[in-house]
Amino acid sequence: MTGVIVSAFPAIELSIALPLVALLTAILIGGKLAPRLILAVGPLMMALTGIVAWQVAEGDPTRVELGGWEAPLGIALFADGLSSSFLLLTAIIMSAVGIVAMAGFDARDGETSRSYSFWALFYGMWAALNGVFLGADFFNLYVAIELLTITAVGMVALGGTRAAIRYLLFALAGSLAYLTGVVLLYAEAGTLDMSLLAANEGDASVRLVAGGLMTAGLLAKTALFPLHAWLPPAHGGAPAPASAMLSALVVKASFFIIVRLWFDVMPEAAGPVLVQLIGILGGTAILYGSLLALRQARLKMIIAYSTVAQLGYLFLIFPLSGGIAGEMPWAAGAWSGGMFHALAHGLAKAAAFLAAGLIIEALGHDRIDDMKGIARAMPVTVFAFGIAAISLMGLPPSGGFMAKYLMLTAALAGGHVVIALVMMAGGLLAAAYLFRPVNRAFSGSDIPEVAYVAYWRQWVPLILALLAMLLGVVSAGPYEFIQIGRAVTAEVGIE
Amino acid sequence: MNAAMPILLLLCPLIPALVIFFLREENDRLRTVINLGSALVKLLLIAWTLEGVARGVEFEYRLEFVPGLYLLLRVDALSLLFITLSSFLWLITTIYAIAYFRGSENLSRFFGFFNLCVFATTGIALSGSLITFFLFYELLTLSTWPLVVHKGDDKSIAAGRTYLIYTMAGSAALLLGIVWLEGMTGPIEFAGEPELDELSRLSLTVIFALCIGGLGVKGAMFPFHGWLPQAMAAPAPVSALLHAVAVVKAGAFGIVRFIYDVYGIDRVAELSLGLPLAIVASFTIIYGSLRALQQTDIKRRLAFSTVSQVSYIALGASLAGPFATIGGLVHLVHQGLMKITLFFAAGALAERRGITSIDQMEGAGRHMPLTMLAFSIGALGMIGIPPVAGFVTKWYLGVGSLQGGYTWVLIVLAGSSLLNAAYFLPLLYRAWFMEPAARPAGEAPGEGPAGLILPAVVTALASLAVGLFAGFALSPLGWATLIVEEQYTP
Amino acid sequence: MMATIDSALLFALTGCVLIGLGLYGFIVHAHLLRRILAFNVIGSGIFLLFGALGYLGAGQGTDPVPQALIITGIVVALSLTAFAIALVIKLAEEEKTAVLDAAKTAEDLHE
Repeated sequence: MTGVIVSAFPAIELSIALPLVALLTAILIGGKLAPRLILAVGPLMMALTGIVAWQVAEGDPTRVELGGWEAPLGIALFADGLSSSFLLLTAIIMSAVGIVAMAGFDARDGETSRSYSFWALFYGMWAALNGVFLGADFFNLYVAIELLTITAVGMVALGGTRAAIRYLLFALAGSLAYLTGVVLLYAEAGTLDMSLLAANEGDASVRLVAGGLMTAGLLAKTALFPLHAWLPPAHGGAPAPASAMLSALVVKASFFIIVRLWFDVMPEAAGPVLVQLIGILGGTAILYGSLLALRQARLKMIIAYSTVAQLGYLFLIFPLSGGIAGEMPWAAGAWSGGMFHALAHGLAKAAAFLAAGLIIEALGHDRIDDMKGIARAMPVTVFAFGIAAISLMGLPPSGGFMAKYLMLTAALAGGHVVIALVMMAGGLLAAAYLFRPVNRAFSGSDIPEVAYVAYWRQWVPLILALLAMLLGVVSAGPYEFIQIGRAVTAEVGIE
Repeated sequence: MNAAMPILLLLCPLIPALVIFFLREENDRLRTVINLGSALVKLLLIAWTLEGVARGVEFEYRLEFVPGLYLLLRVDALSLLFITLSSFLWLITTIYAIAYFRGSENLSRFFGFFNLCVFATTGIALSGSLITFFLFYELLTLSTWPLVVHKGDDKSIAAGRTYLIYTMAGSAALLLGIVWLEGMTGPIEFAGEPELDELSRLSLTVIFALCIGGLGVKGAMFPFHGWLPQAMAAPAPVSALLHAVAVVKAGAFGIVRFIYDVYGIDRVAELSLGLPLAIVASFTIIYGSLRALQQTDIKRRLAFSTVSQVSYIALGASLAGPFATIGGLVHLVHQGLMKITLFFAAGALAERRGITSIDQMEGAGRHMPLTMLAFSIGALGMIGIPPVAGFVTKWYLGVGSLQGGYTWVLIVLAGSSLLNAAYFLPLLYRAWFMEPAARPAGEAPGEGPAGLILPAVVTALASLAVGLFAGFALSPLGWATLIVEEQYTP
Repeated sequence: MMATIDSALLFALTGCVLIGLGLYGFIVHAHLLRRILAFNVIGSGIFLLFGALGYLGAGQGTDPVPQALIITGIVVALSLTAFAIALVIKLAEEEKTAVLDAAKTAEDLHE
């Protein structure tokens, strides 16, 4: 009985509608109450996305047509294992960020435009993210990703106008490329609905051009090398809670669409050149981002460049998928590894940025050279950063390690020795650039003077980091779950 | 119960680690109770397990990571050998560390990571598959780093950096070897005979070099030993942990596991990989001894001595043949007991009388007789004088090398014994037979608290006992013989 | 017959020309206001192209879907433009310039 009620519950629709309602509420109530809204919305969103996950696990991938309007005119929403994992990830990270930001963006000293706009942007971003993860046609995805861009740029603008404008220029160029691709795709297929597009092969060369344009636009928003120049100033300069959302979730949204586009909708149009090109860009991003991260003097900039590097791993699933179908006791190793990486990186990176934010609150800066002894003053925060770092380096036990293991075995089994070596080098470089701040934090024997940071706030990044670790220990459940509705191409590769 | 036992063994150090992290610094008594209590409980559990294994009970726990890939914990004879050693030494080291650190700071952090280290070591011992082994092996690297840099001064920070650079590079090589192997064959468990025939001889050789080289970093094998002497900057209990309980042991244990349970002795022989490893191990034995001879700092001399001694284990494993193998395995225990005795004693000397270098040793025997007695037993054992444990090792290795036709190994063994004597005997002579230098008045008389002295005495007696009673079935030698019989009788 | 096909084609080609012009402006001009205008020119070009592609042929009228999407797209482009202009005004107030200086951004971050 309860089963029937739960499966009929419109959780998918509500997981987009609720953040929008929260957005309006935050604007209306403002002041002291707006920050506290997260205490209600956070648990509600976790419950809602939990129900979506339950519905997906019970039945097959779930599709909803809003208001009964069918494609191509209506708005369709679609959830499978992958999208509901991202929904859950978003709910967890946004709740954590919201709780930490409650104290940073409150109206204790009178309402400021900063505290007022943060919460509106926050809920807008949440709705946009969920819209991307649930979108079933490429035009609705366009709208969702534009909303995401506006909110993300707005967040960056809270930290600095220049970085925000730079980000906006990249994003605008990306939007136009994406939109042009969408127009071409519609002209070729007469529909933009994912399942309708996937059902007929169409003209492969037109689709390659259209998909290529869309991908180029999305890559600019994901900040894959060489379109990454905007990311470090934006993520390094934004307020830390905003950086956490940007690095952990926002860049994943456009990656998510790219995966949907090529793995689910039109794998036959991709061709070896595109696959190899994306793989090369991914590998270069790993090395380039890591090397630059090594040279940064500020903690947040290290974490930001680390994102440039870590995004590279995600795109390695293009060359790595397939090739070894049936060799392993598990299927779709590279693809699953990539998705694990996206999830683990989300949790760990959010934890790292939140921890960095708390250190900034305590010290007033994030210069690594002047962080001596901070491990004695804020043990929980430094511990959280350390555990997050373990996952980012891909060391066990962590979700990052499981991802790396799956991708590495796929690479070596498929004969991609160069990719395997790049991944190994990336891991060592990550160890080097993340070790620097931790080493500083542990050195010295005096306890430095720091501003007060509430103890319970320090626990939030620790919990996120522990979740990233847990993902590598109890990985069987998440692994099975992301396989629900997985495209065949995840196993046999595109091409 | 059979699946729960490995979990319980792991929880014994894990729960105290997590609890102690969040204990208030002042809460000395509770911390001590938790530390000692969990170590004792673990020893009881091990006794239970030993009894079970003797009756033929199988202890195994599986947790699926992804389909076909398991976190696999399994108790077999080899893991019991290692886990018994490390748990016994854990208890003793904890007693020592509590006395050593009395009144100093950041102890909750220290004992938290200390227990985490033991957790990782237990996991290494219980690992039943390559991925499980790697998981705990890396955890060990990460949890020892905060211990190495515990003091926070420039020297420890530098030592910690060196330690991480070496071990991370080693782990990377090991990981590459593992994923290469498993990328070709699927996940590898230690119990089954992995199907390695699909790989070419060249790949197998390279993978062997990657894995043994990676493990050799923690095992302080030449040329990857550089981190170990530098890590002497850490406090004495940490040295004990690095040298005897956990880190170098994990490396040596890994080499034994890899040779016996992944490749198998036959394949190693067929690919003729044993001889190069034996040569590297022999070289390390001589090299470590020579370097030890050059040191004037006691702890550094002991560190190079470890470099030399741990390679006996790899040597035993690489020579193949039952006797050499027994010699190598049993040295896992013997070296641990003797070396920890030496470090406990050296720590006590430094702590009570400020003795850190060899020319300060004069008269130490008169001022700290118990400590120096323990030190002497350990040193004599290292040299290989019967009936201390070290003799048994060298005897078996010697017989084994003759059996396998490696006569030159005898020369290595004899040479290393001579060198051991050359760097330990002058120390003993100074301590017992030379007049103490004049010391400023007013320093603390006596040897110090029991917690600082008794651990050394206990481990010294233990290293005597395992030598004297080597013939008993439950002695380390008896146990090693049992393991080797399993290996050589299909 | 010919004339109608030509007019659809004409719209499509005009769209393409607008995209090209806008692209040129976007790349060449450093002044942010010009860049935002260029973005709008490109956007208009894409919408024009989209509309022209929706033409189904003589007597069949046009496909309504592109028109619905174009309207949505225009709304999105409008709000993006408004937002971008607000940011540029903020920059102008803070730094008395409407040009991005890359060196300055880098300086900010490394202090």
